[in-house]
Amino acid sequence: MLALLEKLGYETLWLLETTGRMGLFLVRALVSIFGKSFKLFPVVRQIHFIGARSVFVILFTGAFTGMVLGLQGYYTLRKFGSEGFLGSAVALSLVRELGPVLTALMVIGRAGSAMCAEVGIMRNSEQIDALECMAIDPYRYLVVPKLLAGIIVLPLLTAIFDVIGVFGGYLIGVGLFGVNEGAYFEGMYASVVWADVEMGLVKSLVFGLLLVWICTCKGFFLHLEQSGGFGAEGVSRTTTDAVVLSSVSVLVWDYLISAIML
Amino acid sequence: MSATETQPLPPAVIELIGVKKRFGRQLVLRGVDLTVREGQTLVIVGASGQGKSVIIKHMLGLVRPDRGTVRVFGRDLGALRRGELNDIRRDFGVLFQNAALFDSMTVYDNVALPLRERTAQNESEIRANVMEKLVMMDMEKAVDKFPAQLSGGMRKRVGLARAVVLNPKIVFFDEPTTGLDVNKSNEIYRLFYRSQQQLGYTAVIVSHDVPKIFKLADEVALLEEGVIQGCLPPGEFQLSKQPLIKAFVVETMGHLYSSDEEESGFYAQAES
Repeated sequence: MLALLEKLGYETLWLLETTGRMGLFLVRALVSIFGKSFKLFPVVRQIHFIGARSVFVILFTGAFTGMVLGLQGYYTLRKFGSEGFLGSAVALSLVRELGPVLTALMVIGRAGSAMCAEVGIMRNSEQIDALECMAIDPYRYLVVPKLLAGIIVLPLLTAIFDVIGVFGGYLIGVGLFGVNEGAYFEGMYASVVWADVEMGLVKSLVFGLLLVWICTCKGFFLHLEQSGGFGAEGVSRTTTDAVVLSSVSVLVWDYLISAIML
Repeated sequence: MSATETQPLPPAVIELIGVKKRFGRQLVLRGVDLTVREGQTLVIVGASGQGKSVIIKHMLGLVRPDRGTVRVFGRDLGALRRGELNDIRRDFGVLFQNAALFDSMTVYDNVALPLRERTAQNESEIRANVMEKLVMMDMEKAVDKFPAQLSGGMRKRVGLARAVVLNPKIVFFDEPTTGLDVNKSNEIYRLFYRSQQQLGYTAVIVSHDVPKIFKLADEVALLEEGVIQGCLPPGEFQLSKQPLIKAFVVETMGHLYSSDEEESGFYAQAES
């Protein structure tokens, strides 16, 4: 019984400590954005890494998501004889939910894991200490470019995802099942309003911040991990944790933002 | 002893006063007092796992003491804001145990990084500066290589070039020769000596390469049981009567060097 309580207390303390550490990490990173000697080039490089190199994956997943929405939507709507609403159904689910969420999940898998491993290895081999000793702020040097790139890139990737998804749905709905082309786009035009786009935008901004924050923070504090963040195994375990935690957080925040904005 | 009596001591650049540090349940430092003087080379020796590197981390401000004060250039590190700490670190150079080179950058970019981030020099000035330091360390042929393509000794040399590229006032060496063979470590010592002659920096070296390291030291400090057992010039250190120092000298160098009495006793024995 006592051991159970002890464990509970220990876990609670650890949770609080981790939460506080992650919070402070975010604050310091955000403050560092506005520090002096801001450099553009590293941000552009991260945009290339997180953004440009994710475009193909996003095109691919966007197209298939749109197609499956077209397929499922068509069969469901046909039961009610309202195939004409296919366009709005596809567009609304993409713009409000699937676009931001799936884009974020794909970016976590492609770039988030890489960021966590990169920063984690730098921590493990004293490279972050070396930066600090050279009086180079590791937050400014390592974290800020990634954070800015994430915030800039996620809305753009989401937009690509949405557009491709809409055409994926078009391909199946109009091309395969012969839904009226005018109805597909006209229905979309009538039902998607600015509030929907805004919700998608807010979500993608929040997810961009969230995923870079969690992934870099996990790597940055690798040495403080409870399970011991040492060596190659420590990096791999922490990267897994980071991917899981950021994916779950994206889904939780997706719900929260929907609940607040609807 | 004679040198210190005739000349006034150079001013202290780093002072540790009663520094205590605990990691988890282990009390690593139990009140460390240590002074590093300008232009001198202080060597910290002791068995591994005694917290020698922790002392360096305190001096660098990477770790804060639980109790006690760390003063660098007369300023208390614990009372400084981050910006002020960074200003002090401008005058630091560090050679880490495994060199801690940035493995995704070439040798050139590694050495150039402090200049790019901390100075307003343009690319041609940076190039001149980087090449000067790489030539000093005999590494000018490896500029375009990546750290993973270098041997351990070469990585240390690049680390040394990076440590001195900003012409620091104090350079810290954490186990500069661990894991290197005799030739390679002699090479590191030679380069250390050469660069110190040219740049005139104060050096703090953590090492257990005894007795070779004594040749470079102005003062040797023994860390044991979480306390500095004594900080003496190498000659006096080897002859010290302090039991722990004596035990350390005997253990690492053998009886022959430990004291005059034993030495004469040894010869007396040999004669009879």
